[in-house]
Amino acid sequence: MKRAHTTDATGPKRRLGRPAAGRQHHAGPLTYLLLGLAALVSLFPLYWNLVAASHTGERVVEAPAPLLPGPRLFENLSFAWNQVDMGEALINTTVVAGLVALSTVVFSTLAGFAFAKLPFRGRGALLSLVVATMTIPPQLSVIPLYQIITDLGWVDQLQSVVLPSLVAAFGVFFMRQFLVEALPVELVEAARMDGAHSLRVVWHVVFPVARPAMAVLGMLVFVQSWNDFFWPFIALTPDGSPTLQVALAGLGAGNHSVDQAVVLTGALISTLPLLLVFAVLGKHIVGGITAGAVKN
Amino acid sequence: MATSVTAAAGDSPPPRDAAHPSDPAPPDPARPDPTDAGRPSRAAARRSRLYRWDLKATPYAFVAPFFLTFAAFGLFPLIYTGWLSLHRVELGGSAEWKGLENYTDLAGSEFFWNALANTFTIGVLSTVPQLLMALGLAHLLNYRLRGRGFFRVAVLAPYATSIAAATLVFAQLFNTDYGMINTFLDWAGVGKVDWEASKWPAQIAISVIVTWRWTGYNALIYLAAMQAVPQDLYEAAALDGASRWRQFVSVTVPSIRPTILFTVVVSTIGATQLFGEPMLYGGSVGISGGSGNQFQTLSLLMYEKGWITGALGQASAVAWVMLLLLLLIGAVRTLVARTHRKNPGAGA
Repeated sequence: MKRAHTTDATGPKRRLGRPAAGRQHHAGPLTYLLLGLAALVSLFPLYWNLVAASHTGERVVEAPAPLLPGPRLFENLSFAWNQVDMGEALINTTVVAGLVALSTVVFSTLAGFAFAKLPFRGRGALLSLVVATMTIPPQLSVIPLYQIITDLGWVDQLQSVVLPSLVAAFGVFFMRQFLVEALPVELVEAARMDGAHSLRVVWHVVFPVARPAMAVLGMLVFVQSWNDFFWPFIALTPDGSPTLQVALAGLGAGNHSVDQAVVLTGALISTLPLLLVFAVLGKHIVGGITAGAVKN
Repeated sequence: MATSVTAAAGDSPPPRDAAHPSDPAPPDPARPDPTDAGRPSRAAARRSRLYRWDLKATPYAFVAPFFLTFAAFGLFPLIYTGWLSLHRVELGGSAEWKGLENYTDLAGSEFFWNALANTFTIGVLSTVPQLLMALGLAHLLNYRLRGRGFFRVAVLAPYATSIAAATLVFAQLFNTDYGMINTFLDWAGVGKVDWEASKWPAQIAISVIVTWRWTGYNALIYLAAMQAVPQDLYEAAALDGASRWRQFVSVTVPSIRPTILFTVVVSTIGATQLFGEPMLYGGSVGISGGSGNQFQTLSLLMYEKGWITGALGQASAVAWVMLLLLLLIGAVRTLVARTHRKNPGAGA
């Protein structure tokens, strides 16, 4: 992939003085070296996770630690899948993350549309409230929530982790930021003139315009929900119907008498699906992360 | 895009039962209807009333799901936690009014001060290097690169790794007896470090896990902000003879200051809540944050009080202290922002 040498359209050509930093500059060898190091540090623990999952438990806890894959990956996988119920945990996690992502995207788009384009009394104050709620840590609500799900008999039931996450402040704000710029108010008004009521405006105007942002938000929320730890750890138990993270916590705390190779195989099972998603959709996720944060 | 609008106008309205429960009955599209001509149309009046009502109520209906969810799962529990913190309560037991006793008990408890100090030190250790490295990494990614996409996805890979998986892997790498890191240190002549039982090494190890997971994520946020910096600022600086480093310090950093502030706030909030990393790093003594509470955070202390000791009032008091901490951080941030506005050019 050799890129043609183009001078940036922005800014005039340099005449004198020192070279300017910024985008038009080609990276030197030192930059590649440092970036290579950063990539190595980022990827090595994941590679080593794969290595550890392919050895026996005895080998994993032997110095020096193994650096190359061993022969036992499939035995470990099948043990983790069947004996420690990582398979069930994977299904639970997929269901939870899928439901949370879907409902967050739909409700965030509705609310984001209202905040971006519909005039109503108290709009500014309510939007500030949405942003303010982002700073409240989950620690402040888990004690009463735990009492509530105990009373309802929902401990170890997946709805106890789905319901509190049906819509997120981050999502509402994210969709509002997108729709403020992307949705021309004329489109909404034109549909209104045609007599379309609100839900049809949403379905035929807002959703089509918001689709790319909805996809990105869906991915971000899916990743977040997949990796969510604190509340699931309280609401679910490793021996009940755990998500992957709760099952892993059980393995790590030695709830089952399994060896370290199996524990790390569990970690691999919990990470691989997301890594595959990142490998395929990495570009879009990168775009989503940057779009959500930079606009203040 | 406009096609979807005309399609909307031409469609027949959806059946009543398909409508959202919070939405008024759909008025018919205002198409001139031949049978309608001549009649003073009561239906039309009703339609326009409905239409006006639709216009008024819709925004509230659209933001309602968020506020209802927040009220039920955020605000009510938050207030109830505050109420609990003024009582002595055990799970399933009745509450006994104690006033501020839970808070004064905390103030007199060395476990609380220990957890507060650990939260602070691990917070600093995991946030400051993380954001500085992210800034440098973003600067590097901002060059014109071959394989740009690969580097970006590679540094983001840790973000795809869960707290649990990352911590279990790092706990192996940091193992005092057989871990790769000690093997390497031994080989380099430094000698083995006790990454679990000694306080600072353990806190550093936990901070490394946090830093590993979030540096790339923050770097990409900075990168996006850097790419929005106007090129002619650099041109002007270069004409003035500013070196690359000088340009980075005097152009790049000030231009992306709002973004830096944003990441500082988000990372600080995250650091205040650390729970999974220290707990899983500690293995069987994770809840107490190591054998000597050397890395017990406020979150862990709260969990221990609530779910191990069963003292819900005490646990709630810890939670409210965390809220007060965050409000304090917010206040400091606002003050810093204010002084900056008054005399720009003061230190960062």
